[in-house]
Amino acid sequence: MSQAAPRLTIGAHQPRFDLDVVASFITPGAKVLDVGCGDGLLLEQLAMQKQVDGRGVELSQRGVNECVARGLSVIQGDADTDLIFYPDNGFDFVILSQTLQATKNPKTVLEHLLRIGDRAIVSIPNFGYWPNRLGLAIKGQMPVNRHLPYSWYDTPNIHFCTIRDFSNLCDEVGAKVESAAALDGSGQKLGVSMPRAFWNLFGQQAVFMLRR
Amino acid sequence: MTNEPTPARSRRLLAADQANTPTSQVHRFGPDQPLKLDAGVDLSPFQIAFQTYGTLNEARSNAIVVCHALTGDQHAANEHPVTGKGGWWDMLIGPGKIVDTNRFFVICSNVIGGCLGSTGPASINPVTGKPYGLDLPVITIPDMVRAQVMLVDHLGIDTLFCVIGGSMGGMQVLEWSSSYPTRVFSAVPIATGARHSSQNIAFHEVGRQAVMADPEWCGGSYIEEGKRPEKGLAVARMAAHITYLSETALHRKFGRNLQDREQLTFGFDADFQIESYLRHQGMTFVDRFDANSYLYMTRAMDYFDLAADHDGRLADAFAGTSTRFCLVSFTSDWLFPTEESRAVVHALNAAGASVSFVEIETDRGHDAFLLDEPEMLAAINGFITSAARARGLPEVVSRDGSGDTE
Repeated sequence: MSQAAPRLTIGAHQPRFDLDVVASFITPGAKVLDVGCGDGLLLEQLAMQKQVDGRGVELSQRGVNECVARGLSVIQGDADTDLIFYPDNGFDFVILSQTLQATKNPKTVLEHLLRIGDRAIVSIPNFGYWPNRLGLAIKGQMPVNRHLPYSWYDTPNIHFCTIRDFSNLCDEVGAKVESAAALDGSGQKLGVSMPRAFWNLFGQQAVFMLRR
Repeated sequence: MTNEPTPARSRRLLAADQANTPTSQVHRFGPDQPLKLDAGVDLSPFQIAFQTYGTLNEARSNAIVVCHALTGDQHAANEHPVTGKGGWWDMLIGPGKIVDTNRFFVICSNVIGGCLGSTGPASINPVTGKPYGLDLPVITIPDMVRAQVMLVDHLGIDTLFCVIGGSMGGMQVLEWSSSYPTRVFSAVPIATGARHSSQNIAFHEVGRQAVMADPEWCGGSYIEEGKRPEKGLAVARMAAHITYLSETALHRKFGRNLQDREQLTFGFDADFQIESYLRHQGMTFVDRFDANSYLYMTRAMDYFDLAADHDGRLADAFAGTSTRFCLVSFTSDWLFPTEESRAVVHALNAAGASVSFVEIETDRGHDAFLLDEPEMLAAINGFITSAARARGLPEVVSRDGSGDTE
């Protein structure tokens, strides 16, 4: 069986709770670009449930071919090099899920997302999640667990950050956070009223909706 | 069956006949409907030979134009009248196939400048009563498409559901979608580019020089002289054929194997299988193709440069388009490498177009688009199926190819 082309960057077999949050941010009928769309699961879901005009960019050729065979509008491309070809304000939403940490220039990529989309929706794994901190503090080793399954030497995730780090980057590029959600290790949303330090410790991942 | 004449001779006559009285539907455009050529002159009268498959629906919304490549023709999905072989895109087009003729109305026409019945250099010039030869103005890709537009108009079709083609056919697809964006709902340019590269022009020039160096070419008027520049055309085809394959595929198929012999002959006979194969390719080609037409076709490709028509900005060629695109390239295609397709994809992105793009992993080179490449077929199938859904075309009540629709 042709295994779903992985969203390579994060544990491929992990349920993607963040996608439900991402989808909840999208308004029906919107024009959406999913950067790093993998096997097109989210795009397909959005097309069916929200009738979006969806497009995708995916690095792995296998993922692209699978998407196109399923009737999705997807091209092979790299977030680091190919976003430059998209016009300003071309989309209502640009999605980058669990991919920013694998880009060479996360800041440039984020700026492009904000340029291309009216809203940018970014989901990130939180390196500040407490098991990661614990692993580093107690064992003195880079964390390898079901959320972060790669060893340091073969990980595609070259730019890990914490929720706090990402918030700082948003400030730096002048992005306003319109909505945000942090999810714990079992995919449950953390309380919106909780302080960010709490999210930063107990959030396994976070989803941000940003605008310029 | 009964008569056993010299087969080469009879095929040859058949090929020559096809230029003026083709085994196809023909539409003649009279003096009131000239074809305005990029060369700055009108071609009039002129004719287009074409094949259709399937039935046009009442809403006239299910038409697909198939554009053929350099040495292709309108016989995309039927037996070829000269060679007796199956259609060049039987793989894709037919009842129950991806381009399902139970669902779509498929039109494939011989390009202007061709030699299978549309007006070309072997056609009779009504002014002189003799074949045009080099008196035919140089034809461009936009000219070919302009003629197809006239044919589509004549058939009473406003918007095409899809335009699809590979190589030179892909160039026509790009030209269609750039110049007539509102008339093209979806477009599938395969193994092509928005311009012909310097290297490609170079190969074409070699081919043309081979034709013109043949004394039988007679300055282009060989038909009147009762001659045929077969040697030159065959050499042109041999050189071109190499560019349609890949080194890996050639080596896999032929290696350094010897042809019907145990050892080298220390001569210039076809010692190697690859030599024999190429000679065969050259010889069979001249039976079905006109040498002058080869000059015109190659020139048309050389002249193609879609960006140049838009001040060098390819994205402007597609500004405001609402056509859905699906581009396909092949990893081992060195005639139209993936980068050529990618440049078009980037331009389409910049224009905000809906675009899919797949690169197919294969060692079969440029000609892969004519072959059974499952990933290519799956991509085209997915694209056409979803485009048909978006176009509101009803699904075919599937009889799984039992084909009792007629």
